[in-house]
Amino acid sequence: MPTVHLPAALGSYAGGQRRVRVELEGGAGTVATVLEALAAAHPGVRQRVLDERGTLRPHVNVFVNDESVRWLAGLDTPVGVDDEIWIIPAVSGGAPAPVR
Amino acid sequence: MDVDGLTRTGGPSGTGGLTAAAGDLLVLVGTMKGAFVFRSGPDRREFQVSGPHFPGHAVYALAFDGRAGRRRLLAGTTSSHWGAVVRSSDDLGRTWTDPAEGNVRFPAGTDAALAQVWQLTPAGPDRPDTVWAGVQPAALFRSDDAGETFELVRGLWDHPHRPRWMPGGGGLCLHTIVPDPSDPDRMWVAISTGGVYRTEDGGGTWQARNRGIRAVFLPEPDQYPEFGQCVHKVAPAAGRPERLYLQHHWGVYRSDDAGESWTDIGKSLSSDFGFPIVAHPSDPDRAWVVPLTSDEFRCTPDGRPQVWRTLDAGASWEPLAGGLPERDAWLTVLRDGFTTDGMDPAGLYFGTRTGQVFASADEGERWRLLAGWLPPVVCVKAAVVP
Repeated sequence: MPTVHLPAALGSYAGGQRRVRVELEGGAGTVATVLEALAAAHPGVRQRVLDERGTLRPHVNVFVNDESVRWLAGLDTPVGVDDEIWIIPAVSGGAPAPVR
Repeated sequence: MDVDGLTRTGGPSGTGGLTAAAGDLLVLVGTMKGAFVFRSGPDRREFQVSGPHFPGHAVYALAFDGRAGRRRLLAGTTSSHWGAVVRSSDDLGRTWTDPAEGNVRFPAGTDAALAQVWQLTPAGPDRPDTVWAGVQPAALFRSDDAGETFELVRGLWDHPHRPRWMPGGGGLCLHTIVPDPSDPDRMWVAISTGGVYRTEDGGGTWQARNRGIRAVFLPEPDQYPEFGQCVHKVAPAAGRPERLYLQHHWGVYRSDDAGESWTDIGKSLSSDFGFPIVAHPSDPDRAWVVPLTSDEFRCTPDGRPQVWRTLDAGASWEPLAGGLPERDAWLTVLRDGFTTDGMDPAGLYFGTRTGQVFASADEGERWRLLAGWLPPVVCVKAAVVP
């Protein structure tokens, strides 16, 4: 079962847990199937990581072990049974939004 | 430094402890880093403040819903990391809902994703559970459960003009919603940049209503297009539903025919560039603006903030600056940063990008500082608790 590490801001949507083990059919899958399984158990997490189109939010980074999925196959990046998934707010996210 | 007449509740960063009685005033202040709630008695002398609510989240939309026995605060909050959502509080901000799943979501097939909620507007008393939300990318959403869940208004989303709306500096947003108090099926919205659109069938169909509004940012032969204006704010005149005031990206306008045509009323202002416009809560001939120098220098002219008032529907204007800084104050007031409380005499409140909030209890004659060091203020709303 892969393990997902949640940032503090998302722990409250997973019952206060910062580490969640995700059960996948057949034991392995992709980042997308990990997030779907996570959403089934904890609906608040998916919406904060992906927008309603299913796109990874621009200031959220997802790592499989030590590599960002942006440099792998994105949400299609394979996830094995022993992999560690890290959801981490990007340093860029503190920038102010445009103002009018 | 303390602000005279201001106390805070719940400790240095407290968000609890605020209570209000019928007739009390609430001033809701949204900033780029959270929201603040100010409360005073009906005399508007001593204020309490709580906040920041949602620290770190931009709060561009706030509203008070006092219909149907509610005392509900609504907030459109945006985390630059985790997205945008509408949250509500029925205890003046002590606790807020935190919808696990997004409650303002573009449906499948639109290929759009919510970037920010720019406006939350409760409908009139005949629809006491309806709340409208204006968002970025430019779209209108409707809630029929007082702000808990929202649905896209397809009539506007599917408008043939939409592909030609262009983002302004703040993004392509629907930032203004004006329900007609005399006709529950009529409503105006404003989009930057798209202009004013009006529905007369409750949102099913929409028509551009921009005749007479000059778009100086277009080539001269085409400065009066059917749509594409950069409307900054629209304010409905009280007691006269055909009259609207409008602050454009250059130009202040009035319509006396429900938006069919617009007349330029801003030429005697120190500058007719600005963002907000506020209409008097009972006199349809009165309105206020906050002129800024220009679109290239969006600060108060000469470093001297002035609120300008008309008493004759824009035929003439006068500056009001009592109690405001007299020099060296280069302030910017954004489109939702200025409001009235609806009381008599009308109270006025404006917030700045540099974190000040100024208040007047006498229709703008005298101003006082209500807050001096907030994050950039993007939204100020006021309401009297029923």
